Amino acid sequence: MARITAGIATSHVPAIGAALDNGRAQEPAWKPVFEGYEWAKAWLADNRPDVVILVYNDHASNFSMEVVPTFAIGCAESFQPADEGWGPRPVPTVMGHQPLAWHITESLIQEEFDLTIVNRLDVDHGLTVPLSLMFGQPEAWPVKVIPLAVNVIQYPPPSGERCYKLGEAIARAVESFPEDLKVQVWGTGGMSHQLTGERAGHINQDFDIGFLDKLTQDPEALRRIGHKEFIVEAGSEGVELIMWLVMRGALGRRARELHRFYHVPASNTAVGHMVLEPA
Amino acid sequence: MSGRQQLRSNDIPGTIVFTGELARKGFGLNQFCMSLMKPENRVRFKADERAYLNAWSLDEAQKDAVVARDYARMLELGGNIFFVLKLAATDGKSTQSVAASLAGQSVEDYAEMMRAGGRRPAALAA
Repeated sequence: MARITAGIATSHVPAIGAALDNGRAQEPAWKPVFEGYEWAKAWLADNRPDVVILVYNDHASNFSMEVVPTFAIGCAESFQPADEGWGPRPVPTVMGHQPLAWHITESLIQEEFDLTIVNRLDVDHGLTVPLSLMFGQPEAWPVKVIPLAVNVIQYPPPSGERCYKLGEAIARAVESFPEDLKVQVWGTGGMSHQLTGERAGHINQDFDIGFLDKLTQDPEALRRIGHKEFIVEAGSEGVELIMWLVMRGALGRRARELHRFYHVPASNTAVGHMVLEPA
Repeated sequence: MSGRQQLRSNDIPGTIVFTGELARKGFGLNQFCMSLMKPENRVRFKADERAYLNAWSLDEAQKDAVVARDYARMLELGGNIFFVLKLAATDGKSTQSVAASLAGQSVEDYAEMMRAGGRRPAALAA
């Protein structure tokens, strides 16, 4: 049987990808950011999953305003890095896991989570920057990936509560897959940041640290945070933190924190990262 | 409680929430921005900005904002931040430079503010 072995949360700032791709990872502004992921890199070498369900958002890369799916699952054989306006990132093609992706799709839709099925999907920094942070610059990514895209750029995004329940349903789907697979769920985006309006540059360290604490100590409180509170506290783009709740929901009632990292700033964003295990 | 809130685009001071109203207003502008993901379109746009813009459903105010690279105006006219960032990328400009212009700060002042920990939440109350 497939099982969920861990959850990883991380920000997915595009400038992190650019720093790595352009050989600037050792510069003073970026070194502390990459060092914050060394623990997870080493841990992943010993605890490598077969498949990562990678919860992220598309930033006007695959989905234009013509179609804005609230939840979309990538069921393709592989996914190419998107050209976000400056050429595609020089990273490997992302390989999917079609049997598990379709099993999850069937299971979730039958549980009334009406996912959009995507059979052709280019993946942007939201998905590839977390892979780079965890695996560096390999010739090929060492895991299969099932992209799960959540709309957070067109109001209203799904609620945090809905995201948490989706995570719970993903766990049930994974556990009913007959093949013996180790599966991790990654929640990406956040933490506090805002790109729009006069408040651009907003960072709220107290909110972020509280959010990290509550992932293990009081996830119930995180499920109740509404959109307005997210935007006021974590900034207009900080609402991406709902994607962390999909990951948290998939870990079950209790989870154990193995590692955390918090750093301000990477470009416009507070970088948050945590590795968790079901407890 | 969660999921039952209806926000308008300007309900939160200093912040733009990209509502359906803005999406309706900005559809043509955002479609134009999306076209800049193709290298050949970036070349055509740079060669003659007005001519390229005329092929898309933007109104004159939106075209003027694009040509002036007035990002605050683009967002006011329905541009979505992640779409207008394609225009910045076409110019070789960073996300941070766009954020600085939206905040009404110089790129240097904004970058310094971020290095010092970002804009503090208390600033919202002012």
